[in-house]
Order: sequence, then structure tokens, then C-alpha cells
Amino acid sequence: MPADKHQKSSPYTADRGMPGAFEGETVTRRRLMTGSVHGLGALATSAFALPALGFALGPVFERTKAPWQSVGAVGDFNDDTYVPRVVTIVSGIGDAGKTTAYVRLRNPAVDTEPEDEFNQVIAISTRCNHLGCPVRFTEAAGKFICPCHGGVYDFRGLREGGPPVRPLDRFYTRIRAGRVELGPRYSVNSELKRYSLRDPGEPLDGIGKFMYPPRFSTPEKPPGA
Amino acid sequence: MPRLRLPTPPLPAALQPRPKRPGANNGPTKPLDQATEAGVTVVDWIDERTSLSGGVRWMLFRKVPKGTNWFYTLGSAAMFAFLSQAVTGVFLAMYYDPSPTRAYESIRYITNEAFLGEFVRGMHKWGSTVMVVLVFLHMGRTFFFGAYKYPRELNWVIGVVLLILTMTMSFTGYLLPFDQRSYWATIVGVNINGTGPLIGPYLSDFLRAGPEFGATTLSRFYAIHMLLVPGLIAAMIGAHLYLVAKLGTTAPPWLKAKPDQAPTESA
Repeated sequence: MPADKHQKSSPYTADRGMPGAFEGETVTRRRLMTGSVHGLGALATSAFALPALGFALGPVFERTKAPWQSVGAVGDFNDDTYVPRVVTIVSGIGDAGKTTAYVRLRNPAVDTEPEDEFNQVIAISTRCNHLGCPVRFTEAAGKFICPCHGGVYDFRGLREGGPPVRPLDRFYTRIRAGRVELGPRYSVNSELKRYSLRDPGEPLDGIGKFMYPPRFSTPEKPPGA
Repeated sequence: MPRLRLPTPPLPAALQPRPKRPGANNGPTKPLDQATEAGVTVVDWIDERTSLSGGVRWMLFRKVPKGTNWFYTLGSAAMFAFLSQAVTGVFLAMYYDPSPTRAYESIRYITNEAFLGEFVRGMHKWGSTVMVVLVFLHMGRTFFFGAYKYPRELNWVIGVVLLILTMTMSFTGYLLPFDQRSYWATIVGVNINGTGPLIGPYLSDFLRAGPEFGATTLSRFYAIHMLLVPGLIAAMIGAHLYLVAKLGTTAPPWLKAKPDQAPTESA
């Protein structure tokens, strides 16, 4: 031990007077042993911990699919009120995987957002964008009303009052052989610009779209949308 | 001669065994004597090989400050609430089926058909509320008695972790009956979690195992509820108790140290 503790001792074990030191040796056998035992322990731990972690985190990165599902003939719907239709969001789990969509035909007098092949039929998701309770379309008022905390949306699903942070989500729709089909859900901002599906409570106006980035798990939008 | 010396319980003199008369122990040991010694022998045998008695004595026979009162039992009460939840939970797991299509039915079976099922489920359901209440009362006791101050800050931190874990248990357990209330409460709870900026959406995906409440959400909550968090709580309670035994408990704040008992400054 050097007298001055800040003075660096020689890196060579031979210079430090280690018994049995080899010429040019810098790592003592004790340090080598300690290091390899800790290294092997870390290797053994990560051999089970990393796959387990990946296993638990997998669904975050796995893209889900939303197949097109038919909700009825075009003639079943009109352009001045909504018709409720039950759609399956997650298959195989019974009622827990189903939700209601409110469907009507596009009405050029009301719907000012740009027209394309996916909004000839308007399908509004009933998931309230405050915290996810199911909203209900109230015919007399022509508004969507959430029972939980009083969120109110107008006829187009735009937020009119209460705590919701963005308009009601929508479904991509298409008409195939005279039948209306619903595809993946998407979220919209207050100008009805489309974004990939966000969870409720996540605004998409202003810095909201940066604070709540798109997820890896939401279904892909249909080609051309 | 037993090695283990524990304080003798305060038995009335009439019930205490009489010492043998001189010369009487030369005779053969009677079976009754051997039977009374058997328990001590077993404990001695274990203690000789583990030295556990020292730890038990360290843990249980501590000096407590003057003024210790019933408020000091809230921590133990919370721990017993946890033990009750653990035991009833293990037995509920024998009947419960964490599948979205059968969970409600299995809970219905436990409540209406299984022998004592309603009672055990009731213990677990109401006991969860009791545990949360006791944890908060214990926290309040610690705060108002100033028992979080040096050197016990780390125990306060561990206690806060235990509080968070208890709330995690409440949140994940609430889904398991899988009725309308459970389902929507979980939807709302996960969405509140999702409003955290930047990582909130990904945390929600992790909790639900996907972008929507899906096929494995229930089993995921079940695994967190009955395996992950209870293990963490048990480990944290161990650390909490170790620090309580090591640091001792505080006197209530209304007891002032007398001047002659004050520590003297040596320098």
C-alpha cells in the first residue's frame, strides 16, 4: 500500500508484490474469478429474465388485425339518423369483445370533411373519449351522450361539452356488393383529420398528437386511406 | 437441560410444576415427563442446527418505549389483513377460472354453490377494503407520531411502495369477478393510465396485452394479482419488519424525554 492513497499503484501485479505473479499480468486471479462468477451469474439470470420480459412485453409491439365485417345492406341505413350495429373488436371472448357502432350514410349537407371511398358511410364508435364508457345516441337531441361523466358529442361526433378530449372515434367503412362493411377504427382530431387509433383521454389537437404518439399494436389502415 | 431460554409465561404458582424432591430424579423417567420434554427437544434440535432462536428473540422480545399503545398495532393489523387475503385468495384460486367466457360463471359458482364459497369470497372481497383502510390508518399513525423521521425514512419509503402495491392489488383484483362493474372500471382505470404523456399509451398496451381489452387481459391481470404483486408485497413486508426490529419503535410524541434522560454531548 503506497503511503499516499491518491498515488496510483502499478497496474502490474508483479510490481505490487503479489505472490506468484506472472510477468505483465494486470488482473489478479481473485479479480478474474470474481468477475467471471458475476458475469456467469448475470448471463444465467438474463437467460431466463430477458425472454420472460419479452414475453410479457410482446403484445405492445404486435400489430393486431381488424377484418372487414358486414353490418347490413346499404338500404338499411339512411343519411339523417344513426342505426346501431354490434361489431366484434376482439374475437373469441364473447360479449367482452363486442362494441356498438352507430352507422349512417354520408350526408353532404352535414359532413364537410373531405370525401373518399372510406367515408361514404359514417360509422361512429361508441367509446367515449373521456375514459372509455359507452356513449349512446339520443335521437330527440340528435347528440351522443356519455352516462359516466356527462360527455356530450354532436350529430357528427364532435365534442360539444363535458370532459372528452377529442371527437368520437370512427370506423373505416366501405360498400361491397351492396353491403356496408366496417374495418379498423381510427381516431380523429377536432377537424376530423384521421389518426391511428388512440386510447380515450388522449387529445389529438395541438401538442396532443406529440404527447400521445401512435402505438405499434393498432390495426393498419386500409390501403389507400 | 434445554438450551433455549424463553421467558416463562406468567403462570399462577399453583399451576407451575413443582421442583423434584432431592433424590427423586434418580428413578426412571416417566413417559409423561418424556412427553412434556418432547416439544422442547424438537425445538432444541432445530435450534442447534439453525440458531433460529437468536433471530426469534431479536424479533419478538424487543424493548419498546414507554407509552406504546393500541395505535402501534395498526401495522400488524394490516399485515394480518394481507395474510388473510393471501390465504383466502389461494383457496379462491382453486375454483376461479380467469377466462373471459368462464370467469363470471366460476365466480357465480363460488358464491352460490361451493361449500363456504360465499364466506371465503366475502372475506376476500371485504378484507381487501379492510386492508386498504388499515394501511392508510397505519400510515397516518406513522405520520402523526413522527415515526418517519431519522433513522426510519427508508421504512417510510418501503411503506409507500407497499401502499402502491396494495392499490395495484385492488385495481387488478377488481376486474376478476368480470361483471359489468369490473369490466368498465378496468376500462376506465387503464384509460386513466393511458393519459400519461409519451409512455402512457404503451403502458396501457402492456396492461391490456394489446390495443383493446382482449383475450389475455383477464389472465394478465390475474397473474399480476395473484403471483407478481403478492410476492413483492411479502418481500417488502419482510424488509419493513426487519427495519422495525432493527431500529425499534418510537415513543408517542406526547411523551417528552426528561432532562436527566437526555443524551449527553461527549464533545
